[in-house]
Amino acid sequence: MKKIILINIFYFSFYTVAVKSAEKGGMPQLDPEFWVSQIFWLTITFGTLFLVLSKFILPKISKNLEQRRLQILENIETAEKQREQSEKNLKEFDEIILKSKNKAKEVMLAAREKVVSEITKKKIKLEEDLNSEIQNVENEIIELKLSSPKKINSIASNITNEVIKRLIGTNVNESSVSALVEEELKKLNRGTNGI
Amino acid sequence: MAANPMYQFNVYRIGPEIKIGEIDLSFTNASLFMVISSLAILIIFNLGAQKKNLIPDKIQLLSELSYTFVSKMISDTAGSKAKPYFSFIFSLFMFVLFCNMFGMIPYSFTVTSHIIVTFVLAAFIFIGVTIIGFIKHGFGYLKLFVPSGVPVVLLPLIVVIEIISYLSRPISLSVRLFANMMAGHTMMKVFGGFVVSLGIVGGILPLSFSVALTGLEILVAFLQAYVFAILTCIYLNDALNLHH
Repeated sequence: MKKIILINIFYFSFYTVAVKSAEKGGMPQLDPEFWVSQIFWLTITFGTLFLVLSKFILPKISKNLEQRRLQILENIETAEKQREQSEKNLKEFDEIILKSKNKAKEVMLAAREKVVSEITKKKIKLEEDLNSEIQNVENEIIELKLSSPKKINSIASNITNEVIKRLIGTNVNESSVSALVEEELKKLNRGTNGI
Repeated sequence: MAANPMYQFNVYRIGPEIKIGEIDLSFTNASLFMVISSLAILIIFNLGAQKKNLIPDKIQLLSELSYTFVSKMISDTAGSKAKPYFSFIFSLFMFVLFCNMFGMIPYSFTVTSHIIVTFVLAAFIFIGVTIIGFIKHGFGYLKLFVPSGVPVVLLPLIVVIEIISYLSRPISLSVRLFANMMAGHTMMKVFGGFVVSLGIVGGILPLSFSVALTGLEILVAFLQAYVFAILTCIYLNDALNLHH
């Protein structure tokens, strides 16, 4: 506030000075001595300025601005195109990756199938082998089972014969001995079967 | 005499007296600063226009920003019809701005602090705008003085007021610029005088004030150039678009 009041005081003091000087010879602005000269030179300088600016300089600036605008538009367009292209490329790339993935899967599946089939083949062969082996062994066992009683009989009759010979000292009719042994064995068998 | 705050506005002859008949057309300090301002504008904008970089450097940016600033100002206030007058308003704005700014240099001369200069510019604008108005609208341009939606009883009074306000346009336009520049420079001179007369101790206050005033005056210098240009645009808008 104080400053504003001060300004006013100064301003009034200036005003009185101005009035006084106006009395002496006037405010220089109101002295018409150089008015015509000022108008003349203003016309010349401003006219020249206007002509040169409008004919030479401003069109250039406007052209520059327009060129820049076009250039920027063009750049944006190119950038857009390149973006599209790169998107396309990306898509292609993705496709290739997908394809190769699928292929890899196929290869893996095929390999697994091959391996599995081989394993099953081998398994089957092994099973067959095992089965035939088992069959053979079973056959042998059956054969043995079948043949064992006869052998046992003959062994038993032989042993009995021998025992009798030693005990009595005479040869006994073999057939009768074997018949006896068989009878006894049958009894034994019955006994064991009965258990 | 130098202590007189009005002394800075004195016009004096530089070089020989040029007289055509009774008319004195001598080259004065005012003429010198008109020439300096015009040359400065031409040099700066010519330098700015020569370069065609996609990314502008400082001087190119300055000229292009000024171009877009004035162009936007015109299109905002007067519409697209005012485009043919762009160069004139651009020159006007730059001329007033540079004259004001050169006036801020100590011991220089402020061209726009002279009523005759601003009045000639304003009168030229006034006459030009009036001619444009009559060319574009014929006698329909007189509708400018008859605002729509005014009661018939008030109409005679309004028309008189409108005519007076229209006719006072060049005066208000010129006096606004001239008075602002003169008052500002006088005030700075007065404060400068106080710095000297109050000495080292007492002079600090007016000195700091003087510094602040310089900033203010630079703002005023720009603002008045802007106001001068934008009022021209508004008058031009009246002549081109006839809104009333």
